[in-house]
Amino acid sequence: MKPSSIAVCEHCDAVHRRVHLAPRARAHCIRCGTVLYTERRRHLDGWLALTIASAIAYLVANLNPIVEIQLRGESTQASLFQALSATWYSGAEPVAALAALCAFVFPLVRIGLETVVLAYLQLGRRPPALRAAMHTLVHIRPWSMVEVFMLGVVVALVKLGGETTVIPGPGLAGFAVLTVLLTILASFDPDTLWENAERATP
Amino acid sequence: MSHDPHAMLTARELGVLGCPICGMVCRAAPQGVDVECPRCGQALYARKPNSIARTWAFLVTAILLYIPANALPIMRTKTLFDDRQDTIISGVLALWRAGSWDLALIVFVASVVVPLAKIAVLVVLLLSVQLGWVTGRRRRTRLFRLVEWVGQWSMLDIFVVVLMVALVQFSTLARIDPGPGAAAFGAVVVLTMFAAQAFDARLIWDAAEGSLHDD
Ligand SMILES: [Zn+2]
Ligand SMILES: [Zn+2]
Repeated sequence: MKPSSIAVCEHCDAVHRRVHLAPRARAHCIRCGTVLYTERRRHLDGWLALTIASAIAYLVANLNPIVEIQLRGESTQASLFQALSATWYSGAEPVAALAALCAFVFPLVRIGLETVVLAYLQLGRRPPALRAAMHTLVHIRPWSMVEVFMLGVVVALVKLGGETTVIPGPGLAGFAVLTVLLTILASFDPDTLWENAERATP
Repeated sequence: MSHDPHAMLTARELGVLGCPICGMVCRAAPQGVDVECPRCGQALYARKPNSIARTWAFLVTAILLYIPANALPIMRTKTLFDDRQDTIISGVLALWRAGSWDLALIVFVASVVVPLAKIAVLVVLLLSVQLGWVTGRRRRTRLFRLVEWVGQWSMLDIFVVVLMVALVQFSTLARIDPGPGAAAFGAVVVLTMFAAQAFDARLIWDAAEGSLHDD
């Protein structure tokens, strides 16, 4: 068997012969059930459009207040950045730093790298530092937590809703859209990307 | 010796290595020679180096920090009439009493059940590998996949605290500050995620080589 014609299960080491899958199908390990590979060869321009859309959603989400609350004539509002700096200055620097990485920095790195890599491939050129970019993307993926942050916003609003008036801001809509787009992007099969990169001119 | 119904040719037996970054499969070198993935440059190993010891290290630290994470307040609420400190559990109870039993349940699952279950599952997986269990390999692999997937949802309470601190800053009426439990809880979430990443699920299957029976 040629190495390129087999797939190795990452969770049990079983060797499988690669087969052609129907569109959107997934191959599972017959021994332990782990997903081996997927067949989602959507055209690159579709994925590029998705990353650009998520870059726009990211900007809307971060440049606007997520929510405003009112309590007896006084009102406060918070964007993600304001929330992080308020936490930092109230003395919980590690908590602020952790939340900043997971909700702000890693999603930004992820969207930025995916957009640049796909844009280069769309032009038929091999992206510079492709290996470093792909390694970074794999390593930050579990730490990019936009969907968890989104659920956190909902919980915080319900906690505050009893005593205060809650007015959702444009940032909230931005985060909702971003959550959906990043979930779709997560299903992208990086094999497609590597194959395109190998065909591209350096 | 009876037949193992789950016996399959493995990459190690075949002398190939799968890349954890890009999925490419290439030939293994003789013992002691390092192999790099030709496509992405990742250093390749048949098994993650020192997987058991590294997983235990992250896990034991997480267990120790789990105590302050739950005993110390993660949030302090000051109003005109009241100065209240909330731990994770008392925050869940407050949500419950406020009538949002559905969200109380979500926060309880994300902040209490998930971290505890993750720690318990990883301890069982480590012991099962070290004791060489051969039963329930498929079930244990499925548990590990669940632990990997669910990890990040425990960060929920951290984001809730960060948002509440920013929003409840009314000059005289009320303000919220983060408590020392929040940092400990964040550390527990990060450490259990590191522990899951350090664990090599293939060890579950290695134990059964030459075994007598299985589920
Ligand atoms: Zn498998
Ligand atoms: Zn590779």
